[in-house]
Amino acid sequence: MTDPAIRARQIAEAHAGMDGPLLPVLHAIQSELGHIPPDVFPEIAAALDLSTAEVHGVVSYYPDFRTTPPGRRILRVCRAEACQAMGGAALADALRAGLGLDWHETRADGAVTLEPAYCLGLCACAPAALVDGAPRGRVTADTLLAEVAP
Amino acid sequence: MTLTLFLPRDSAALALGAEAVADALRAEATRRGIDLRLVRTGSRGMVWLEPLLEVERHGARLGFGPIATGDVPALFDSDFGPHPAALGPVADIPFLARQTRLTFARCGVIDPLDLDAYRAHGGLAGLARAQDMTPEQIIAALTDSGLRGRGGAGFPAGIKWRTVMQADGPRKVIVANADEGDSGSFADRMLMEGDPFALLEGMAIAARAVGAETGYIYLRSEYPVCADILRAALEVFHTKVLAGSGFTIELRIGAGSYVCGEETALLNSLEGKRGTVRAKPPLPAIAGFLGRPTVINNVLTLAAVPHILADGADGYAAHGTGRSRGTVAFQIGGNVRHGGLFETGPGLTLGDLVNGICGGTASGRPVKAVQVGGPLGAYFPPALFDTPLTYEDCDAAGGLLGHAGLTVFDDSADMGQLARFAFEFCAVESCGTCTPCRIGAVRGMETLDRLIAGDPQAAPLLADLCEVMRAGSLCAMGGFTPYPVESALRHFPDDFAGQREAAE
Repeated sequence: MTDPAIRARQIAEAHAGMDGPLLPVLHAIQSELGHIPPDVFPEIAAALDLSTAEVHGVVSYYPDFRTTPPGRRILRVCRAEACQAMGGAALADALRAGLGLDWHETRADGAVTLEPAYCLGLCACAPAALVDGAPRGRVTADTLLAEVAP
Repeated sequence: MTLTLFLPRDSAALALGAEAVADALRAEATRRGIDLRLVRTGSRGMVWLEPLLEVERHGARLGFGPIATGDVPALFDSDFGPHPAALGPVADIPFLARQTRLTFARCGVIDPLDLDAYRAHGGLAGLARAQDMTPEQIIAALTDSGLRGRGGAGFPAGIKWRTVMQADGPRKVIVANADEGDSGSFADRMLMEGDPFALLEGMAIAARAVGAETGYIYLRSEYPVCADILRAALEVFHTKVLAGSGFTIELRIGAGSYVCGEETALLNSLEGKRGTVRAKPPLPAIAGFLGRPTVINNVLTLAAVPHILADGADGYAAHGTGRSRGTVAFQIGGNVRHGGLFETGPGLTLGDLVNGICGGTASGRPVKAVQVGGPLGAYFPPALFDTPLTYEDCDAAGGLLGHAGLTVFDDSADMGQLARFAFEFCAVESCGTCTPCRIGAVRGMETLDRLIAGDPQAAPLLADLCEVMRAGSLCAMGGFTPYPVESALRHFPDDFAGQREAAE
């Protein structure tokens, strides 16, 4: 048994008394390990009395859960309408070109992951992004690139 | 002598540099030997003025905004007097002065984690009233107030609560739907970041009315700042208000799925399943979370409850018109000059709000369209700007008020691409349960591409597809995607080459 598997099992067992524990468990594992490796699915399943298929089904359903390690920085850029009204589409193109990444991809050097978001609730200071969870408003491609990939 | 300053810790304020301003204020105060008490508030909702710094003088809060770190020394030099960013008394700023703030009365005024300030500003009075009322009386007050679900569907809250109260089942549940996924909406976020106790108090009243012992707040993961504030607020509220009541509230975080804002998908997600939509019946009120009778309400619905109990149902119902009672928190974003949150009784027209109160576009170009009610809402052209912003009038104009988010576009917007985006969004976010939504979104994107490329045969196909999606989807994801698509086609045919040729 690998270390992540042991840790995943401990986390899952610690949540087993909750009603509907799977999402909190997956968040806790991802927060600690950075991602949820598929080989820990059976451990989670065993601890929560689920099938491995059920765990796989939930992990693959939700855009937030990742099964591969993310970059050191995570850039989450809003693609929704209010940001489009303020040049969001051009911003997205410039970021993808500037980072050499499409949505959901991580740079080969592990520096940064680019994720789309469909509204960050920052619609009155669009276009908006989250850099490692910190909100950024009225962004430009230059300022974001300088922050995540200097 | 202590200097008290107020600066928001709201996500939008942080997105515009509030944290750097806070650091600069502390450093400058230290340098000058001033004892600074920096109160971190929510936002007033005037986002174009953020970061909005306030100081209290002679009983009035004076505003300065937007403030950058470079402004800080001069503000201290003038003792927060004359300054280019000085706005005078914040309450007199027309955008704020014209509002009726009930739900957002404390937002931007108090420290959201200060329970004493919450109480001093009318908080906990509703819960205190509820303790002296029977569940039947609480629900009667809610029904009399005319409060309707603020999530978008507008279902009468009193009927929902009564159904749960009368439902036969142990371990009833209160769920706050804080999965504010509709783009263009941020009222729930602002409330939870600026006045979280109002939501928690509303949940506690709901628990007393229906006899629930557990509450959940299902918050979207796109709001990490909000999650931190809610966690801190829950700790205070559990210790100082809920202790001994037999009711506890847990914060759960979503995982990026839009459909989880739909109540049955949310319940599946809360149970640890894929966030797919359930068929109704059974209603969540009868068999919701883990089969238990469940009140599931939007954040603003629950946050309106303490006010209704404290000040009476009649006072709340006196605002508004027709079947749209109370206040609505409009959120105006996108290409808008003065964007933010505007709470008022319904009835204001779309044009008054966008052009009058919000000053038109940020770019200074003419408004081309306003999308009302989120990503599944219709695009309104200026020709419909006399539409009053009520549930019924928006409906009659071929749209929906929804969560009251308004996204403004100037004349550079390409309505063909925005209509295509509506299908693209549906294709990304469809939970897959209903075939018209799962397949129709992809086919819709392809058919729109043909229409935009000039294929006139695509138009009848698209109309047929929209009809199937509308009639054959369990929830609004598939059922309402035709709203933005067809409104764009109807009002902006010039942005669709195929549509234009068909008309010629």
